[in-house]
Amino acid sequence: MSVQIEIPNSPRKQRVTNWEKYGWLYMRISGPLLIVLIFTHVFVNLFTGEGIKQIDFAFVAGKWADPFWQWWDVAMLWLALIHGTLGMRTVINDYTEKPKLRTALVGTLWSVSGALILLGTLVVFTFDPCPPTSNPDLLPSFCEAIASS
Amino acid sequence: MSDVKEIAEIPSFTVKLSIRRFDPEKSEEASWQEYEVEMHATDRVLDALHKIKWEQDGSLTFRRSCAHGVCGSDAVRINGRNRLACKTLIKDLDINSTITVEPIKGLPVEKDLIVDMNPFYQAYKDINPFLVANDKPEKERLQSPEDRARYDDTTKCILCAACTTSCPVFWTDGQYFGPAAIVNAHRFIFDSRDEEADVRLDILNDKEGVWRCRTTFNCTEACPRGIEVTKAIAEVKQAILRGRP
Ligand code: HEM
Ligand code: SF4
Ligand code: FES
Repeated sequence: MSVQIEIPNSPRKQRVTNWEKYGWLYMRISGPLLIVLIFTHVFVNLFTGEGIKQIDFAFVAGKWADPFWQWWDVAMLWLALIHGTLGMRTVINDYTEKPKLRTALVGTLWSVSGALILLGTLVVFTFDPCPPTSNPDLLPSFCEAIASS
Repeated sequence: MSDVKEIAEIPSFTVKLSIRRFDPEKSEEASWQEYEVEMHATDRVLDALHKIKWEQDGSLTFRRSCAHGVCGSDAVRINGRNRLACKTLIKDLDINSTITVEPIKGLPVEKDLIVDMNPFYQAYKDINPFLVANDKPEKERLQSPEDRARYDDTTKCILCAACTTSCPVFWTDGQYFGPAAIVNAHRFIFDSRDEEADVRLDILNDKEGVWRCRTTFNCTEACPRGIEVTKAIAEVKQAILRGRP
């Protein structure tokens, strides 16, 4: 006769979907990408050309007239905001003990971050570098050509 | 003869200890209490605790069994670091200032240096800490020295809880499985004779599983057995990403 050993612990229930692994991976993939994106961004803005003095509306407008920089900035926006939100979610999970408060804070966090991502993306792609009513001195140089044509 | 006695003399010194006391029958609050004891250079913190209990204050409460770093009963926080009282020589600490001794953090204190270890053991039980092999061999199951070496480090655990209670993530809400449970899962996940690595990997691929580890290295620093705890956790993370050990 074989001995029946009781199961020392009740078997665990099957979970629904589990995103923790993907969150963890995202932090590690977005991190190195952000290093390249952010430092190139800082270098181009502050060290090339006239350096720190060059940054004004015209400089930003000039960059966003180029699809390359549009996509660069949108990639930075999405990667950094999702990275920051996932990171803050970790911090919230650490410091909240009441499940309701936790859900509320994480919900608020994702709403704010979602709104920022949407607004940011909208601005980058619908940006008008030559608003018709502004002082021409503050606009990028190519606006004159567009205005006279 | 008197010469021999002189040579054998061990230097002694007076040390101050500040011990975190808690007695739920007397007060809801824990408080620090100071003691002064005459100790030898060969003495350990456990000897100081004994001396206090036996000679000064019989109410001081702590756990210990083997007194030689084997049973894992006497993990405490000494000068802010998790150590076995029986493996920490007093002379290795700064004896010019007061030595603090308090219970390990993150588990409910029951009295003085004694904590309720049940949540810790529950996390250990949850990872199925036993060999699962369904074949019915006539002889012992063979394993190559290389396969045995794969998980050698994590076989050394004595379940003292020094690692888990040094982990800031465990301190937050005590829901995290904790380093010790992952170390003991590692011991079976990478054992070539075991058949349930996937079950254990699935258990640790959880909201409260390996992904909560933030690579703080407190656990590795705390382990009295010298286990590379953080490395073991990282290996389990990688195994989950691979989908196999
Ligand atoms: C510059 C390149 C960056 C790299 C290489 C990087 C890398 C990482 C990594 C690997 C983690 C996970 C840490 C862990 O789980 O133990 C992390 C966490 C975090 N990151 Fe970043 N990150 C970068 C930029 C950013 C930016 C731009 C933000 C803000 C928008 C940010 C906010 C956070 C936050 C809030 C956490 C959570 C901290 C915590 O777990 O306690 N990071 N970062
Ligand atoms: S891994 Fe080390 S510190 Fe953690 S319980 Fe085991 S022996 Fe103690
Ligand atoms: S008393 Fe057994 S490990 Fe210290």
